[in-house]
Amino acid sequence: MQKTLNIDRRNFLKYSGLTGTALILGFSSSEAIPNREVLNLSRIAESFELTPFVIIEKSGQITIMNSKPEMGQGTFQSIPSLIAEELEVPLNKVIIKQTSGEKQFGAQTAGGSSSVRGSYANLRKTGASAREMLIKAASQQWSVPVEECYAEDVKVFHKPSGRSFSYGELVETASRLEVPKNPALKDPKDFKILGKPVQRPDIPLKVSGEAVFGMDAEVQGMVYASVERCPVFGGKIRKIDDSLTLKVKGVKQVVKAQRTLGKNTYEVVAVIAENYWAALKGRKALKVEWDYQGFDQFNTLDYEKNLRELAKTEGLVDHNAGDFEGTFAQAPLKLEAFYETPILSHSPMEPMNCLAQWKEGDQVEIWVSSQGPDSVKRSVAEAFGIPQENVKVNIFFNGGGFGRRLYQDFATEATSIAKAVGVGKPVKVIWTREDDTQQGPFRPMTFSALKAGLSSDGKAIAFQHKVIAPSIGATMNKSYDRTKSDGTMTEGISEQQYEIPNVKNLFVLSETHIPMAAWRAVTSTTLAFSHECFLDEMAVKAGKNSFDFRMELLNKESDTKRVLTKLREVSGWDKPLPKGWGRGIAQWEFFAGLAGQVVEVSKRKDGSIKIEKVYAVIDLGTVVNPDNTKAQVEGAITMAIGAATKDGITFEKGMVQQSNFHDNRMVRISEMPKVEVHILAEGGTKIKGVGEPGLPPLAPALANAIFNATGVRIRRLPFDLDKIV
Amino acid sequence: MAKYSLSINGKKFSIEAEPDTPLLWVIRDYVGLKGTKFGCGMALCGACTVHLDGEPIRSCSTPVSTLKAANRITTIEGISANTDHAIQKAWIEAQVPQCGYCQSGQIMSAVALLKSNPNPNDEDIDAAMSGNICRCGTYPRIRKAIHRAADLIKESGNTTGK
Repeated sequence: MQKTLNIDRRNFLKYSGLTGTALILGFSSSEAIPNREVLNLSRIAESFELTPFVIIEKSGQITIMNSKPEMGQGTFQSIPSLIAEELEVPLNKVIIKQTSGEKQFGAQTAGGSSSVRGSYANLRKTGASAREMLIKAASQQWSVPVEECYAEDVKVFHKPSGRSFSYGELVETASRLEVPKNPALKDPKDFKILGKPVQRPDIPLKVSGEAVFGMDAEVQGMVYASVERCPVFGGKIRKIDDSLTLKVKGVKQVVKAQRTLGKNTYEVVAVIAENYWAALKGRKALKVEWDYQGFDQFNTLDYEKNLRELAKTEGLVDHNAGDFEGTFAQAPLKLEAFYETPILSHSPMEPMNCLAQWKEGDQVEIWVSSQGPDSVKRSVAEAFGIPQENVKVNIFFNGGGFGRRLYQDFATEATSIAKAVGVGKPVKVIWTREDDTQQGPFRPMTFSALKAGLSSDGKAIAFQHKVIAPSIGATMNKSYDRTKSDGTMTEGISEQQYEIPNVKNLFVLSETHIPMAAWRAVTSTTLAFSHECFLDEMAVKAGKNSFDFRMELLNKESDTKRVLTKLREVSGWDKPLPKGWGRGIAQWEFFAGLAGQVVEVSKRKDGSIKIEKVYAVIDLGTVVNPDNTKAQVEGAITMAIGAATKDGITFEKGMVQQSNFHDNRMVRISEMPKVEVHILAEGGTKIKGVGEPGLPPLAPALANAIFNATGVRIRRLPFDLDKIV
Repeated sequence: MAKYSLSINGKKFSIEAEPDTPLLWVIRDYVGLKGTKFGCGMALCGACTVHLDGEPIRSCSTPVSTLKAANRITTIEGISANTDHAIQKAWIEAQVPQCGYCQSGQIMSAVALLKSNPNPNDEDIDAAMSGNICRCGTYPRIRKAIHRAADLIKESGNTTGK
């Protein structure tokens, strides 16, 4: 991203000669070979040194590159908008192209709610540079002062005379100008796109069925594969009996291959067939004898017991301020609680899949839905010991990501299978939903031991959050420092704004061979639950209202304080609720951003709980698309309701017990409460993330509401809304 | 292998496939219409929803051998010529899709709902749409868009939604 100002004169000129080459928006095609035109462009882009985020052609055609894969979060609109706003072009007059991991585009992974935040300044500058060059070109062509010219709607106008040039007419002159080092950015009050509820350009394609996902990618001559993987992580192939498989009509061969997932390499057996159904049938007929290597001893009950035992150990210090031990020992009021959460699957609606081709000279081409084209390149190159330049990646719309598509095991596996099948043969691997549910990587569980000391007037004076958990880093990375607290696994617990003078937060690592992964909002999805429910327990102990108790700990001005204040107002916190209802509050600040929620629940006659309404406030500083922001928060809330109240992933004899959406249930429309989202965007340069912050506050706000309605304190996820009382 | 004659979106297709091949894969890989999606393979998520003689079915669990040449199959590509079915218009207006992968199925279920119940309330919508999972959580907007589409159809007086 730092390279966006690298556009020197020479390169700008080169691009102005592109006319006719990059004119077609390839992904909208439902023809046999989608994205052909995108491939052409990326090949061209690869051969240049600069970072061509925007290409203006003599024909007037403008192409803007989107460097962050679209997985539903809206980067297909938000990223190009940063350039389009400054360039004075409406999005519907622009071609948007997805980058494919080319080096010059820098980091291209969408994750951590970082896409807009990471691109905001540089892409606006890029757009502004282009605008200034076009304006200057016009002033030269007219021989008038620059100050008399302005850009609007893909044209430069001369104010006094009303004359105008289209951008295309200015490209040649503009391309001979120096690129301004510090172009003037637009005043936000003049924004036409940023901060407005602009429609997303990908949505019509997703409504017509034309949007092309990785699942839809096809190339000439490809074969299909369904892959048998060991149901026990770490198992090795002992014997393969493919005699029945090879009798299935359409099955061509059975190959051994490998799936590389972080530091882990798993042996797999792929059934290759001329169509997917034959591959799947062939796989069902396949008999693989696995050597489980002892990993079949693993089960969730024992692992949870182990976590509870580990909770008794001191652990590593995550954050230490004041004197926790001394203050806690002397505190007039004390409380302790233990919270538990489960492992989860990501379960995006598009099951994992990847089309790969191993070509002559150790060249690889991949067609895939992934959150990171650059990380596909890197992962495949590392797994096969080839240079990254040998790996060509074609990225499609992601049918959901949620962190799952940050891990490129589906690509390393498909490449390994393609290599085994032979040079030149493209192989499309499609995972079943069962594969997707059972093969990980998973969101880790966290257990939390919490302690608090209160003064006699009910103020928090000592606080401890000890996290006991497996670690994403420890299960994924070859190098992992076991001597220090794991910041990802303690995410957010030492970042809250509550002014408690004596705090000692701790981390205890629990080893496991199960691969763990980032999941939308990462560890905040479990730690916000324990942390913010315990805050509520503290408020109850102090005999105070949940809101007031928190505000008493927020004396300094902070974003958190503003979020809670807004939440009180929009949720009608101080108004009485109908009989049998309850409300709960929670907020969470972490690397991705900050949001707070109030949940209202009611108790039905049969004792079951209904989630009536969720009020959400998200703090952004600057908002790029308010309507999409609301959509993201609505979606995060839906996902969080599922994480709190549906099924976790559990193991027995080393195997995942859940398989598909009947026993790994997702929230359905009938379970969806009303959601009201409010955005705090009060200007300034500090931008917070959109995709994730809406998730963490839901579970604690819901559990706190249930306590308020029923008196039942929930300390374990998931919980069944029908069986609370 | 057996030969099948299918009517999809008003066009005749002659394909050769194993009798147990699900309609989903026939539509996607034999006919080449990719708008219908694979999500679960067990009729649990609704991503593969198409219409069989106007009724929503899960194509992932419908073997091709159970279909007759006279059956009219409609996929997402067949509900309008220019993305202008009332449901599609309302979907765009409410900016429903996020990742979009489940949306073909959602739209097929919604089109069928409005055909059988032109004026659904929230409970009707929930009942008709509960077979379609959206992992991105577009449910509040789906409800809104179905109400809006019902209004659009009433305003236009064209009950086909087109």
